[in-house]
Amino acid sequence: MASISYLVARLLQIIPTFLLVMVFIFLLVRMLPGDPAIAMAEAKATDAQVEQIRHNLGLDQPLPVQFVIFVKNTLTGDLGRSIMLKAPVTEVILDRLPTTIFLALYSVVLAIVLAGPLAFLAASRVNTTTDVVIRSVFQIGLSMPVFYIGLVLLTVLAAQLRWFPVGGYGKNFLDNLHHLILPALSVALYTSAIILRNLRASLIEVLDADYVQFARAKGLSTRIIMTRHVLRNALVSTVTLLGLSIGNLMSGTLVTETVFAIPGVGRLMLEAIFARDYPLIQGLTLTFAVLVSVVFLLTDIVQSMLDPRLRKA
Amino acid sequence: MANPQQETVLELRHLRTEFGSRQHPLVAVDDVSFAVKAGEILGLVGESGSGKSITLRSILGIVRPRGRVGGEILWKGRDLAALDEAALRKVRGREIAMIFQEPMSSLNPLLTVGLQISENLVAHTGLDAKARKARAIELLEMVGIPSARDRLGDYPHEFSGGMRQRVMIAIALASNPQLLLADEPTTALDVTIQDQILRLIQSLSRDLGMAVILVTHDMGVVAQTCDRVAVMYGGRLCEVGTTSQVIADARHPYALGLLRSIPRDVAPRTPLYSIPGAPPALNALPLGCAFTTRCPVAGPECRDLRPPLETVGQFHEVACHHRVEALAHFRQQEAAQ
Repeated sequence: MASISYLVARLLQIIPTFLLVMVFIFLLVRMLPGDPAIAMAEAKATDAQVEQIRHNLGLDQPLPVQFVIFVKNTLTGDLGRSIMLKAPVTEVILDRLPTTIFLALYSVVLAIVLAGPLAFLAASRVNTTTDVVIRSVFQIGLSMPVFYIGLVLLTVLAAQLRWFPVGGYGKNFLDNLHHLILPALSVALYTSAIILRNLRASLIEVLDADYVQFARAKGLSTRIIMTRHVLRNALVSTVTLLGLSIGNLMSGTLVTETVFAIPGVGRLMLEAIFARDYPLIQGLTLTFAVLVSVVFLLTDIVQSMLDPRLRKA
Repeated sequence: MANPQQETVLELRHLRTEFGSRQHPLVAVDDVSFAVKAGEILGLVGESGSGKSITLRSILGIVRPRGRVGGEILWKGRDLAALDEAALRKVRGREIAMIFQEPMSSLNPLLTVGLQISENLVAHTGLDAKARKARAIELLEMVGIPSARDRLGDYPHEFSGGMRQRVMIAIALASNPQLLLADEPTTALDVTIQDQILRLIQSLSRDLGMAVILVTHDMGVVAQTCDRVAVMYGGRLCEVGTTSQVIADARHPYALGLLRSIPRDVAPRTPLYSIPGAPPALNALPLGCAFTTRCPVAGPECRDLRPPLETVGQFHEVACHHRVEALAHFRQQEAAQ
């Protein structure tokens, strides 16, 4: 079957991607101004002590050697120790990661739930009042920065109306749904605006396509025409966009998690940058790269499931 | 040749399809009446924009953008124009099927050919999955697709243009329709494939006793395939007759011009005739005859007075005030060459 060879080929593509990401992260961290050994040492440390720290970090080795050690450690799951938190980076990240993934998935689901049905409604009534109103409202979501939407939601729904908690996260799944609704919503409003625009446009195009006219001439039910013929074809381009915006959304968590005081990897990244915690920055960057790659991989797989023309390896 | 004693299956009476506002409608099909007998192939001929395709789509109620369809569409005595969506769906694909011009874009690129045949059978028959598969193979074989069994799982992009048109015909024929509406089925194909597809449609019509309305702008296709011809211009009928009548004895100046514009057995290097001007826009149609502005024999009354379809021979009708002059005009031109 063609799709299995496609899958294998697509998975193999990930290896060079990760290698490049590692080279990039490795060099980037070493190109940053400031000496991590000095940053880690106490103010009154002697040159010998700084040298000792440098040696402990392996920073006195030649760059290629450092890189090999970095790759080897990374592959065994050892990302070093966080300077700021004095704990293994892997442990720290794994501790915070579920919250961020939960937030990301939550906002994606919200975005789809918001945009999907309304895109259908707008596309089936092109250029009517309904269509214009839907598009205008979502335009607002697109033209305001996520953190501003977040602050507005926070002030109105949490601080004034007290419907939702101001920040933090919950103890179990349901509690999480309740705690994270505002941050998820503020991210979702932006994402849903993108999805709505794209899905509406592709739906309009597909509704006029010859094969949809042919499907109608075959006497198929509206439900089958809409799902099997219209939606599926319209989704091909929307899925790509959704994948890209999830990638985008990962970096968006930096801001959202800070505004809403959520202990996820986004806020951790910000803290690590301020503290010049190089091992942690390195580990987090790698984590983001892996997450985005996985999302893109999933996007490609979903697309190849939708469109047989993409299945050729 | 269609047997004149055959029963009429489809009869259009004063079909009118219009778009836009009710005050200033754009009339795409205006007062079109004709009948199709069981098993016959009727050619519907005209330039782009003459209303041929919209006439076909009006019959099935799939005009897009949604227009207003008036008049009567009598299918075996039932008026399709008066049916609701749910009732129409039972006619579409089951009793009347349609194939489209572009085989490249008329099949869903994401679904296997097998599924696209099968979904038609699900909608219109009680066959189970196994029987549907058998029927799908039978259909693909019927339209001449080699190793049909192995191709059910293939996607449209894995077929050539001509093969896709065959697949589309197979899908259309799935539920044994009694009428096939073919909207320029060969226009997008190259000439050798055109010929094969036309022969296929002809033989299927004969073998299955299925009537066909074949929309085309190509008089050559009509001559080769059709029993009768209806010539359309500006949304109206201008001449209806048997193929031999219309080809050998056309009376309407538009039909005469159309026939002069195909290569014939004349001296080499004789320039082809072309009808001067362009078809009128839907919002600029004259009250009278739509062809007035391009007609070589039009008189002052043609612009305001619509010529009715008048019988000029058995089965032969023409809508022209000046049909005698028209014939004389074109004969004279011919003689001059």
